[in-house]
Amino acid sequence: MKRIMLSAAVFFVLAGSVAYGLQRANKLTLQGSTTVLPVAQRAAEDFMKKYPAVNVTVRGGGSGTGINSLLAGTTDIANSSRPMKRSEKEKLASTGGSAVEYKVAIDGLALIVNPSNPVNNLTLQQAKDIFTGEVTNWSEVGGKDEKIVLVSRDTASGTYESFKELVLKGANPAATALLQASNQAVATTVGQTPNAIGYIGLGYVSDKTKPLTVNGVQPTVETVKKGKYPVRRYLYMYTNGQAKGLAGSFINFVFSAEGQKIVAEEGFVPLN
Amino acid sequence: MQTENIIRRSFFLVALTSIIFLAGILVTLVVNALPALREIGLGLFTTTHWYPTAEPPEFGVIPLIAASLWITAGALLFSVPLGILFSLFLSEVLPEKIKAFLKPTVELLANIPSVVYGFFGMVFLAPLVMRLFHLPVGLNGLTASIVLGIMALPTITSVCEDSLNAVPRTYREASLALGATKWETMIHVTLPAAASGVSAAVVLGLGRAIGETMTVLMVAGGAAVIPRSLLQPMRPITANIAAEMGEAAVGGLHYQSLFALALFLLIITLFINQISDTIVEKSRQRFKVQ
Repeated sequence: MKRIMLSAAVFFVLAGSVAYGLQRANKLTLQGSTTVLPVAQRAAEDFMKKYPAVNVTVRGGGSGTGINSLLAGTTDIANSSRPMKRSEKEKLASTGGSAVEYKVAIDGLALIVNPSNPVNNLTLQQAKDIFTGEVTNWSEVGGKDEKIVLVSRDTASGTYESFKELVLKGANPAATALLQASNQAVATTVGQTPNAIGYIGLGYVSDKTKPLTVNGVQPTVETVKKGKYPVRRYLYMYTNGQAKGLAGSFINFVFSAEGQKIVAEEGFVPLN
Repeated sequence: MQTENIIRRSFFLVALTSIIFLAGILVTLVVNALPALREIGLGLFTTTHWYPTAEPPEFGVIPLIAASLWITAGALLFSVPLGILFSLFLSEVLPEKIKAFLKPTVELLANIPSVVYGFFGMVFLAPLVMRLFHLPVGLNGLTASIVLGIMALPTITSVCEDSLNAVPRTYREASLALGATKWETMIHVTLPAAASGVSAAVVLGLGRAIGETMTVLMVAGGAAVIPRSLLQPMRPITANIAAEMGEAAVGGLHYQSLFALALFLLIITLFINQISDTIVEKSRQRFKVQ
């Protein structure tokens, strides 16, 4: 009896470690931007269908969180909707690594309001004044006599950093802005709040929210691609060193025709 | 005899580990927060805004601390009276059969994950609060207080009910024998006799409310301004740490200021615990249980 139990124990330990070892060899983690998330998630699913032995995990948390994980070595690929800061690249270099950047898609930042809001257009300057708190009532930009509710993202977000640079020109958003944790949270809040305004990646625009035209230009895949829509940016994936092995195959997959088709289907702008 | 010594020593070691963990947490918090406290100093309390990633960064903690206090007060206002009344109802009034069904149901509320509460608050309760109170947005301190109150309710009810059950029957019987009604007995005799248990329940509920992170992150609104009323969107300490910790560069000033926030939260919690301990002691003096 003792001998049976002993051999069973040895068997399970061996089997467990083999399973663990196999698991580690075929595991890929992506973490970071919630803007890149839908693209990364679908690419992961299609990638796993093509290569069934592989396990790809995609997590959100914001671009800053993803880059921090890359620095800490807890993720293979960092999804980011903003370029890596110089301080972040230096930090990675100081640990002996190097940040390699891959542009995977083009995105436009859509300014959204509740569908019941009569305002249809804002100039870039008006958008800046609204989000910095200079303009506080919708009547000042041609809307109803109602206080504007600002919906923004928190500091971990690449979308927040892009918005701050492209629209606010470096100024801080008003302290009264509601800071949400993801693109979807912003879209949900604006969809439920009649006097809210927020900003999301192009792929998150749905019929629950109304995208505004900026300087008269509608945010669509076409206008972003042609450069007509003024608030546009790249979406990135970062690796520590050249992407090799599983990470390299995955990024090549995102670059491929199949991967770029996913980008288009999720509502973003493919690279070419 | 030897085995008993060994067992006694190992139990002592196990008890020691919990003290080691607590000390470890305190030391980690203080060591990581100290550089920020030294560098920002009183600026933490005199700056009015929290813009940790701006150039230059601003680290005003008052809006965050105020939000935590507002929401905790709101949650307690909602859950303490309801919890105590409900526990009185459960222990003194309800027949055994209904009680056997209702008590586990309330305790089930405690097992629901906080992110589910957050989702329920965000998608269902926030629009409702917005419409009912004619507010510009439904993600505010009131919605957060209601959801936190529901989360703290089972804890308060459970502990209160247990301590009410522990009150000796002789107390109730003596009161009724003297001609008091059942209600008078409950309020003037049973409840005060269970005071130490009731305040323990309130402290547990308070701990739950002030430390809750996921729910307030989704529901409280997230605006880092000093709230003038519960109906405003606000950003408690816990939600702020959760939102920003992932992104703060390890060892940087932002990282250390988040640790300082956590230290403040711990100090506030310990302080409130101390106050309630004093209240418990006082009530124990008044009702020396034989």
